[in-house]
Amino acid sequence: MLRSELSPNPVHHRTTDSRAGTDDDVDPWQDLPARPRATVQLLSPDGTRRSDPEYEPWVQDVGTDQISALYQDMVVVRRLDIEATALQRQGQLGLWPPLLGQEASQVGSARALRADDFVFSSYRENAVAYCRGVGLTDLVRVWKGTSASGWDPYAVGMATPSIIIGAQTLHATGYAMGCVKDGVDSVAVAYFGDGATSQGDVNEAMVFAASFRAPVVFFCQNNQWAISEPVSLQAVRPIADRAPGFGIPSIRVDGNDVLAVLAATRVALDRARRGDGATFIEAVTYRMGPHTTSDDPTRYVDKAEHESWAGRDPILRVERLLELGGHLTPELTRAVTATADAAAREMRDGCHGLEPPEPLSVFDHVYTSPTSWLERQRRQYEAYLAMYQDAPGGGEG
Amino acid sequence: MAVQTLAAAIGTGLRRALQDDPRVVLLGEDIGRLGGVFRVTDGLQRDFGADRVMDTPLAEAGIMGTAVGLAYRGYRPVVEIQFDGFIYPAFDQIVAQVAKLHYRTGGAVRMPITVRVPYGGGIGAVEHHSESPEAYFTHTAGLRVVTCSSPQDAHTMIRQAVACDDPVLFFEPKRRYWVKGDVDEVIDETTMAMDRARVVVEGDDVTVVTYGPLVATARDAALAASDDGISLEVIDLRSLAPVDYETVEASVRRTGRLVVTHEAQQHGGVGAEVAASITERCFHHLEAAPARVTGFDVPYPPAALEDHFLPDLDRLLDAVDRVMGRQNSLSGWRG
Repeated sequence: MLRSELSPNPVHHRTTDSRAGTDDDVDPWQDLPARPRATVQLLSPDGTRRSDPEYEPWVQDVGTDQISALYQDMVVVRRLDIEATALQRQGQLGLWPPLLGQEASQVGSARALRADDFVFSSYRENAVAYCRGVGLTDLVRVWKGTSASGWDPYAVGMATPSIIIGAQTLHATGYAMGCVKDGVDSVAVAYFGDGATSQGDVNEAMVFAASFRAPVVFFCQNNQWAISEPVSLQAVRPIADRAPGFGIPSIRVDGNDVLAVLAATRVALDRARRGDGATFIEAVTYRMGPHTTSDDPTRYVDKAEHESWAGRDPILRVERLLELGGHLTPELTRAVTATADAAAREMRDGCHGLEPPEPLSVFDHVYTSPTSWLERQRRQYEAYLAMYQDAPGGGEG
Repeated sequence: MAVQTLAAAIGTGLRRALQDDPRVVLLGEDIGRLGGVFRVTDGLQRDFGADRVMDTPLAEAGIMGTAVGLAYRGYRPVVEIQFDGFIYPAFDQIVAQVAKLHYRTGGAVRMPITVRVPYGGGIGAVEHHSESPEAYFTHTAGLRVVTCSSPQDAHTMIRQAVACDDPVLFFEPKRRYWVKGDVDEVIDETTMAMDRARVVVEGDDVTVVTYGPLVATARDAALAASDDGISLEVIDLRSLAPVDYETVEASVRRTGRLVVTHEAQQHGGVGAEVAASITERCFHHLEAAPARVTGFDVPYPPAALEDHFLPDLDRLLDAVDRVMGRQNSLSGWRG
């Protein structure tokens, strides 16, 4: 039972909907300092636990079983990522955006969520999608080009990823405003990168979230790179320092430490559920692979820097933690590897099975009901296809 | 039935929409306590609360992007863009998100968002307050683009737009806001659909296609032309995307002559598309080349020059003379 459920809220056991009648006198800053403190880390790269009285209580329920489950999640998503990269190299996918190195940021945050929370992500959050329950074949549909969207957002509580940088942060904020109107304590989570923090949309999202005290978590994976541009081009101060200026408290967390990320996300979710509004999390991590399979990072990445981050690998440190406790048994290793291999195989088979859509489906779903002019174009193209299909040596339709 | 101004008729339409569906929410700058800079939403926040009629921060992309999130959550947002020239910061959210989400998600996610935009010139305003940006949006698949010209249509069409499950750009002819007319607030099966064109003046010689603020100008032209014995048929397009070509085509097949007029610039405009489509559909019924009477291909000029930019009665009649083969300003022109 490695996929054991993580308690959504180990510290505050309130399932309040007090947000509906938010008391304006409550200081939303009471539990977090105006300026982010030092980077939160609960697990060193060498696998030893680090003491942190502020954040440790938030993962006090996480025992060996849950750590093993998080470990398995990270191994599986890395395996899927490698498999998808291979599928691209083999011509099965047009493109793939690897998440290599960011497994802890994505798994740690996504595993803190409830089913009724809603994720608005960028295109690299394949591990988040996996944790939300997105089907393995659905992960690659868009990248094969057979579909504009991999899944039904309402079935998994995760919107179709936004390729326009930062646009989804506003969607998350609006969704969160809707949660307040509905009187529920669901939370919207926006995933975006360091490059996105330069976008107007992200900054406007923080203005709206602060003004309407929206229950949204801004989860920024600072992976140090926006294609070839280093984070220093986006921000001359730590990114987490920006949010307090908007009236949003922030947390800077070691993004390669799955426990610290889990703890920080739980803190943010709890604030949102209690009616205290938005929290900004900067998960400091590193993009170990290219921006996408079309990118060539050897043109801009410093080898020594890359090597130094390899020593801070998010999976390795959990392995060391399990090993130090005597829990990295051959049985566990075998089970995790088998699960990862099976997932990769399922995704590969699913990818091979994806057929090109029927030609006239290009006209589907532009509007919720047909329009006469689009129907005319459809009929004309249908006649065109039919003519060449019927001609000697014609197409196969 | 009561007499209302066009602005008030939109207001009563929004009031009905708020009453009819608890998922309808209004967002915009100054729409709450102030009632909007044109007072279209006057009294709505008082009667429906700040939770449903929301003043927002001054950020158009932010308004549109949060509307997307609200729609994701099942709400039916009605966004007010304060002036035509202020819509551009929201352009990315409208064309890259609002227009595409239904298509992108294979129909799973609906974007029933109405974007209200006061548009057009003729009010002596400063820059960015007199523009006609409709063609940017008619070019974008997935959006419905409509505009009204009378208090009755203003009331009916805003309710139809809010009730529509597709995103609708609702352009309001701001220089006609204070025109008065009878408004029947009953919508039933006899009410004309939002995407149908309306023949507002019947005639036999020339079809004049227009919309929004210039419908009144075209009506005046029909009256003036009749003094010269020329009979104009005036069609109020109402919906700019999709266009009701069937109605326009039926008219042009009879008259054999087409004049299209709008305030917006000519190049790549709605008039170009209507002229091209009608030419394709009924070329052999045309007695003359279609004519366009539009704003010039210049930025909207300073107020003291706007009368030279905006099509008016005389320029419209000059184009009518042109398609009728009568003496006109271009007679003998070699250029």
